[in-house]
Amino acid sequence: MKFSNSYIFLALLFAFSLSIVSCGDDDDTMVEPTPTLDFSGTYTIADQMGRPAINTVFVSDDRKDEFNTTSVADMGGAFAGAFNDRLLALNPGYTTNALGWDAATFSGALATDVLTVSLDGTTTFFDGTNVLTGRALADDVIDTELLLIFGGEAGADNPGLTSDNVDSNDKAFLNTFPYLATPW
Amino acid sequence: MLNLKSITIVLLVAASWMFFMSADHIDAPDVQSTSADITDYYAFQSTENSNNIVFAVNVQGLLSPSATSGAMFDENVLLEVNIDTNADNVEDQVIQLIPRDGKMYAFGPFAPSTTGLTSTVQSTDDPLSVDITAYGENAIVGTKDGSKLFAGPRDDPFFFDLGAYTDVLAGNATGFSDPGNDTFAGTNVLSVVIEIPKSSIGGSGSVNTWVESKRK
Repeated sequence: MKFSNSYIFLALLFAFSLSIVSCGDDDDTMVEPTPTLDFSGTYTIADQMGRPAINTVFVSDDRKDEFNTTSVADMGGAFAGAFNDRLLALNPGYTTNALGWDAATFSGALATDVLTVSLDGTTTFFDGTNVLTGRALADDVIDTELLLIFGGEAGADNPGLTSDNVDSNDKAFLNTFPYLATPW
Repeated sequence: MLNLKSITIVLLVAASWMFFMSADHIDAPDVQSTSADITDYYAFQSTENSNNIVFAVNVQGLLSPSATSGAMFDENVLLEVNIDTNADNVEDQVIQLIPRDGKMYAFGPFAPSTTGLTSTVQSTDDPLSVDITAYGENAIVGTKDGSKLFAGPRDDPFFFDLGAYTDVLAGNATGFSDPGNDTFAGTNVLSVVIEIPKSSIGGSGSVNTWVESKRK
């Protein structure tokens, strides 16, 4: 009994000393492995947007969540009619806009909420020449939308409603990445 | 009592203003004031390199300066830039942006295995990533293979006289005031900005693009 206890003790001591030795000798192989990040799981739609202010301006309160959770491919069918009604409620005198679009054409285009972006040059919501080729930080997108909703064919209708008279951001944008201004 | 009533009225008016909010800030009941609330989306040619395109996604808007240092990206919220290259309004390429342990990771652009309203993260080894820039810190920029990535608080780049717009809608004004009053002046957002070579999404022509927040 005594012998066997001593034997076990010595065996444990030997094993322990071995583990110390191996720790000392194997520094190179004991580096912590890079932790594997866990990105598993299914992520389900909560919010979405393409062009600015579409859900806010054109979707009725009872359908705002529905708009955010409808596939872009299905938005036109689900929302074009309601957008047409909303457009004519905002501007009962709407006939056509500066793009030459009647109410149905304009509503149909807006209801599929994607932002078209050119890969060939100027990217802007509207800069006086180019229309809907992207969205730059300094673009006055609200004025563009107001003009298209209220301005009529020549952009001269409803002059009090075609600009909010806020034409630029409250901080200058950067010319270099990440372009957005530092926080307040 | 009168004071309390006045305050209540002011708060109610403020709340109704908020309801009409802006670019996409608090646009709908299920997402407003959550970590998944997208406030804005921008897509533009890089001013540093005309061969690159930039996507900027902003979430969690209307942060006061004092609230900004405590604002955090949510590890359960995936931000997904969708790119339709053949005009059928179905994404052909996606860029997945998701935070882990103080870093923002970017996967893609790649053709997703499934399209539509649910996603899994298609992670790759050694992705483009960047430490999330803390409030008050200089912008940290991650780079890899000609792409750049930033994540952190920024000034809200959106500008709009929301108050006047609400007055017009409510019939309390017949037009905007001049000069207008920028409702978003002095407020911050959490931004993710990614710049990629145009060649990675087709190189020329036009694409349709939109951004989604998706929650686990």
